[in-house]
Amino acid sequence: MNISNETIDSLNQKLKDGSVTAQELANETFSTIAKKDEKLNAFITVNKDVEVATDLDLSNPLAGVPIAVKDNIVTDGVKTTAGSHILDNFMPVYDATVVSKLKENQMTIVGKTNMDEFAMGASNETSYFGEVHNPWNLTKVPGGSSGGSAAAVSSGEVIAALGSDTGGSIRQPSSFTGIFGIKPTFGRVSRWGLIAFGSSLDQIGVMSKRVRDSAQVLTAIAGYDDKDATTSKREVPDYTQFLNQDITGLRVAVPEEYMGAGVKPEIKEVIQNTIDLLEQNGAVINHVSLPHTKYVVPTYYLIGSSEASSNLQRFDGIRYGFRATDVNNLEDVYVKSRSEGFGDEVKRRIMLGTFALSAGYYDAYFKKASQIRTLIVEDFKEIFKDNDVIVGPTSPTTAFGIGEEISDPLTMYANDILTISANLAGVPAASVPAGMADEMPVGFQIMANHFDEGSIFKVASFIESQNKFYEKTPTGMED
Amino acid sequence: MNFETTIGLEVHVELKTKTKLFSPSANLFGVEQNTNTNVIDFGFPGVLPTLNKNAYRLGIMVALALHAKVAPYTHFDRKNYFYPDNPKAFQITQYEFPLATDGYIEIEVDGKKKKIGIEEMHIEEDAGKNTHADDGYSYVDLNRQGTPLIEIVSKPDIASPDEAYAYLEKLKQTIQFTGASDVKMEEGSMRVDTNISIRPIGQEKYGVKSELKNLNSFNHVKLGLAYEEKRQAKIVLAGGEIRPETRRFDEPTGQTYLMRVKEGKDDYRYFPEPDLAPLYIDAEWVDEIQKSIPEMPDKRRARYINELEIPEYDAGILTQTLEMSNFFDETVKDGADAKLASNWLMGEVNAYLNDQKLELAATKLTPEHLATMIKLIVDGTISSKIAKKVFQETISKGVEPKSFVEEKGMVQESNPDVLLPMINGILDKNDQSIEDFKNGKDRAIGFLIGQIMKESRGKANPKMVNKFLLEELNKR
Repeated sequence: MNISNETIDSLNQKLKDGSVTAQELANETFSTIAKKDEKLNAFITVNKDVEVATDLDLSNPLAGVPIAVKDNIVTDGVKTTAGSHILDNFMPVYDATVVSKLKENQMTIVGKTNMDEFAMGASNETSYFGEVHNPWNLTKVPGGSSGGSAAAVSSGEVIAALGSDTGGSIRQPSSFTGIFGIKPTFGRVSRWGLIAFGSSLDQIGVMSKRVRDSAQVLTAIAGYDDKDATTSKREVPDYTQFLNQDITGLRVAVPEEYMGAGVKPEIKEVIQNTIDLLEQNGAVINHVSLPHTKYVVPTYYLIGSSEASSNLQRFDGIRYGFRATDVNNLEDVYVKSRSEGFGDEVKRRIMLGTFALSAGYYDAYFKKASQIRTLIVEDFKEIFKDNDVIVGPTSPTTAFGIGEEISDPLTMYANDILTISANLAGVPAASVPAGMADEMPVGFQIMANHFDEGSIFKVASFIESQNKFYEKTPTGMED
Repeated sequence: MNFETTIGLEVHVELKTKTKLFSPSANLFGVEQNTNTNVIDFGFPGVLPTLNKNAYRLGIMVALALHAKVAPYTHFDRKNYFYPDNPKAFQITQYEFPLATDGYIEIEVDGKKKKIGIEEMHIEEDAGKNTHADDGYSYVDLNRQGTPLIEIVSKPDIASPDEAYAYLEKLKQTIQFTGASDVKMEEGSMRVDTNISIRPIGQEKYGVKSELKNLNSFNHVKLGLAYEEKRQAKIVLAGGEIRPETRRFDEPTGQTYLMRVKEGKDDYRYFPEPDLAPLYIDAEWVDEIQKSIPEMPDKRRARYINELEIPEYDAGILTQTLEMSNFFDETVKDGADAKLASNWLMGEVNAYLNDQKLELAATKLTPEHLATMIKLIVDGTISSKIAKKVFQETISKGVEPKSFVEEKGMVQESNPDVLLPMINGILDKNDQSIEDFKNGKDRAIGFLIGQIMKESRGKANPKMVNKFLLEELNKR
């Protein structure tokens, strides 16, 4: 069976008619991963000892379906590394809330996907466990930080995977690998068990080839959690109800800043074609401005790095994880464990964040960034008064070559400009495949107002029904 | 040169909650190391804090008892520093918007009343505990990690070690009466840091302050501050300069010793805690808490004096601890005469507690039993002398006084049908005494009462015997 042509519903049908069992699906997935991952390196841990549910409730389409989980989401008894040397021996003793929910829905967690170290990166090259290759072209990056999840879904190792998105870490790799990926509203999905990077920006989301698969998984993992004080008590709708809807009258905002000079012309063309498609089908296009877009990169890197510098202090070699051996005193334990345990990109952000929070610099950096963040929130509020969604490209480029940008962090940071705002504003955002440019996939970004994931699913499902991008097979996997 | 002293106190008080401030682990001590912990207390990757609302409620209660203004908006902040007893490498505290500001405590020293201002009080989590063992290893116990604390920061209004002592006593008493904390220094549920400086009288600028640590009792605070006052004055008088120092109080010598000179300010890189939503404190909730605060000691004292006619000194003693005051109130409510209840608590009960080195709650005495016993005395069922015997049984074994005196035949005889024949029998045998009485020799009465008491084997009610005897004597 070739799982890449399946959906959650089609597998549910096969499980129902008995043509396959959940255990067989798991075994099939393991052998696919064994084959494909030689080229991709999408998984850090393959969970071969997984307990496959036997008393499946097949009225729930998720039951028995294999899924992958990004390796910064903790899994009880299954190694969780966050892509870092400092946690390369770390065995969690509890499940993240999203993992508990997947288990309640009897999904089979087949493995933990590769990622940039502590989700810091946009190319999956900062992982301690080696770079991940893009299934469309193995010499190119899959994007990051959820690059492992993106490659695993795009190549057909799994139907769906969980990722996390702090500044675009679900959407940009989804764009680079030609799949759908959604970062929900901040507070929609519990962060309990997500190894924190930027706590006020982090959000767990879903990646899949088909929009419907993500809608089904998101419906299952979203909702209030008394273990995460920032989750909302607002009721979770069944997101599948928003699929295959008429888009007549849908108000679509296109910010001029998102179609500007920094975006490659061939990408702009694909995006414009998609916007035209929406318009031809009854959507109302409004050209708008997000005037503070030019500040989002520094704002994001100050806030995200500041929070990270504090969140990552707990990795001190005392209670768990890597501890340096050549130590003489307490300070040695701290300095050496952290110096040897963290990679360059993580250290860079810890230093940046530590600096931004220091007495004497706090007002100029962290506080100023927080104020700009408020302005960005206002920008979005203003636009959502008259619009249902904001659209544009997910990334100014298609996937770049492995090794091409890793030595130039500032260029890499600047590429996040289109995805960061949604995290700063806390609004939901997704990337849906729009077409190809330079023989690589191009993602179309859709953002909506707080808790209006429904509008995103409506637009994404429409685009998918038109371009049927899922019918394309990644070109890099042929022997 | 004459100096004036400026003292500021920072007091940490542990709140008495079932669970910790940001985790569901039990807030309990004296158990095996690291047993009252969970993944949150260990700062495991992926964990998040959730606020214990009851801890915040107790914090507000203390704030209101200290006449402070409760902040309507606040958020938590992270205080970042590395230490093995601090598992997340940050402490969640309130830095930008403390729980409450601008309170005060009224103290009395040498008959003079004075208000000591409270700058602010905030709520925060406690750290774990490091132990440095003889085997060369250091051990970390995280049972205490996450215990809710409030830190109460005084204004520099305290002008002497005696005022500092009075402030602490009053603070402890006030908090204890709210029930928000045990406030026991010996158990660590109350901890005191002090800042002290001196300046020549008339000088506007404060002097350089030193900080005192290792203060295990209010008395140490007083002694340590008194030593510091003298030490600093000596330096200044000799033309020297005070350095900003952290010093340690040493009990055996009564002196303070240098721990370290403070260089610059520590940088804790405070910033708002992103994992906890900001708090908007509802005014109605604050009102509700205000109404739930038990009567404070000053009010109770006034009520005892004015309504129950307890002497001022006694009322002060009775209101020193919540336990004693509650016990007294309940005893009176159970029908005991207030003055007798007060006398018993201050006399026999306190003597017993001192003798046995116990606290009231650790004894078997209940307000109901004490009230019953006092009623038995008042209605003449038992004598005060017998009552003392009954009391020993009641407080040590929890014996119910009424059934006890009945069973043991300790009930006084007051019935005239029994007493009158007995009295006349004795009179019949003692003509000489009757004659002596008639001749104005009062001594005779004492002798006769003694004879009657002996005849009754000590059970006759002396009051009644006295009364009947006089009546019978006058008849003869």
